[in-house]
Amino acid sequence: MPFSITISKLSKHYKVPEREAGLKASIASLFNRKYKTVRAVDEISFNIEPGEVVGFLGPNGAGKTTTLKMLSGLLQPTSGALQVMGFNPSKRPYEYLRQVTLVMGNRNQLAWDLPALDSFELQRAIYGIPSEQYKKTRDEFIDLLELKDLINKPIRNLSLGERMKMEIVGALLHQPKVLFLDEPTIGLDVTMQRRIRTFVADYNQRYGATVLLTSHYMADVEALCKRVIVIHHGKLLFDGELAGLVEKFSAYKTVGVTVADARADLSRFGNVVAQDGARISLRVPKAEASKVTSKLLSELQVDDLTVEDPPIDEVIDHIFTAESVAG
Amino acid sequence: MRRYIDFYLAAMKISILQDFQYAVAQLFYMIGMLVEPIIYLVVWSTVARQMGGSVGGYTPGTFATYYIVWTLVRNMNIVFTPYGWEWRIKQGQLSMELMRPIHPIHSDVAMLAGMKVVMIAIWLPVAAFLTLFFKPEWNVTWLEILVFFFAIWGAYLIRTMLLSMLGLITFWTTRVSAIFELYFGLELILSGRLVPMSLMPVWVQNLSVYLPFKWTFFFPIETLAGNMSPAELLSGLGMQVVWILLGLLGLNLLWKVALKEYSAVGG
Repeated sequence: MPFSITISKLSKHYKVPEREAGLKASIASLFNRKYKTVRAVDEISFNIEPGEVVGFLGPNGAGKTTTLKMLSGLLQPTSGALQVMGFNPSKRPYEYLRQVTLVMGNRNQLAWDLPALDSFELQRAIYGIPSEQYKKTRDEFIDLLELKDLINKPIRNLSLGERMKMEIVGALLHQPKVLFLDEPTIGLDVTMQRRIRTFVADYNQRYGATVLLTSHYMADVEALCKRVIVIHHGKLLFDGELAGLVEKFSAYKTVGVTVADARADLSRFGNVVAQDGARISLRVPKAEASKVTSKLLSELQVDDLTVEDPPIDEVIDHIFTAESVAG
Repeated sequence: MRRYIDFYLAAMKISILQDFQYAVAQLFYMIGMLVEPIIYLVVWSTVARQMGGSVGGYTPGTFATYYIVWTLVRNMNIVFTPYGWEWRIKQGQLSMELMRPIHPIHSDVAMLAGMKVVMIAIWLPVAAFLTLFFKPEWNVTWLEILVFFFAIWGAYLIRTMLLSMLGLITFWTTRVSAIFELYFGLELILSGRLVPMSLMPVWVQNLSVYLPFKWTFFFPIETLAGNMSPAELLSGLGMQVVWILLGLLGLNLLWKVALKEYSAVGG
């Protein structure tokens, strides 16, 4: 089966003016302007299968949004090749735009003063959706996201989460085959985040759509993506299963131990990161995890013992911090 | 074609609904816009009286006709300005529009055309009031009314093309107000907005024939307020068609280059 998204050595470089602060530098820049090249995306390559949901991770400024914008045809690459469903997004053909969507968590496209239903009608006309299909899809999404009581309220009167749900309905009415989701849950409470995650998962199942998701909320990524692509300073750091990311980049294991004597000092076994009564969490270097657990079992009266990978947030944070230091 | 008709109807409907939400604000907006033509009207009427009843063939009554029609033409040729382009790039709105399988210009034309329906509804009582107050001299034929109907939409389209082309400069830089102001200055003098073109020096009148500005203000106003022959009316419409086609061509060429420069700075 051909790939849904193919990127090969894709780069986007910006030439940005650069000058020192102050009046003198300001006047000098009028005559001798200096530029520097920023490599927002630097020769990244990956493929995505149809129907895959992939998390696209990286700290702010890593190049995630720039990549999404190139994939959606908003930005022209500096070099490299990319194809989405066999189309070159840079050419922006009608058939391509008809089958993709870009949802940005901090952008609205619904009319502020009108009920969402009016804006949905405009989406129908923009995408040339047949009336029957439009009504069926609209009502189905409204049910799934429990929006029935809100569709007649002007958008300005909705909460942030309600507005985001409406935006997602509007963005998916034409049943796109490829979804670029850029921080779709940003600023939402956990309940609303969960609702949107469930909806995206459901849409992916129902329509077999390919989803490329960026999010700073690891709960989104854990719930939706088996595979993640990590980018930092415009370069690809990792492409593989989420579990593999933890395996590769986590330098520590978390050992949870419940001991008979809650007053026992466990600091000699590792770094005590939490204690709740007799339950103590230790962070130990990955290579020493088995040695530490044997020592714990042999030297203490242990009621319960678990060895876990650290939370994904911690791993990601570790990768980006380490890379920042290295870079 | 059917897709475009469907889109235009839906977009105009949205625009009408939105503008009716703020009908009172629109009324005040229009009243605010009346200050400019009323100042011109009062000044020129005073000059005409002091010159013995008319200046350049215009009497206080025909000046009143000119500037009352001016108010409608001005409202009809409100288009999406370069400042609007700058705003929507900075806000990231243009990126969302570019993701749609329809050119953003269609959206602008349809949305502002919808707004004009509301504006005309608000303009009618305003025009009635101005008529009572300034006593214009009307001498209108059916042909002039028909040509006026097409001429105001022609003016709207020419101005859309011109200001959209200017707006596309924001794809290269989002700080180009100086260029916009230069354009608006030229338009003020060469369009008939400040003063009827026939009161300008002959060389300015000659120059204006070869530029687009006159066809967006003076021509549509004069179709109703002046005494143009049928040949002048039709050739005026012809000039509008020429400028619309040139604008379309220019916009298309510029759009292709501009898209390559688009940096989606606002999101």
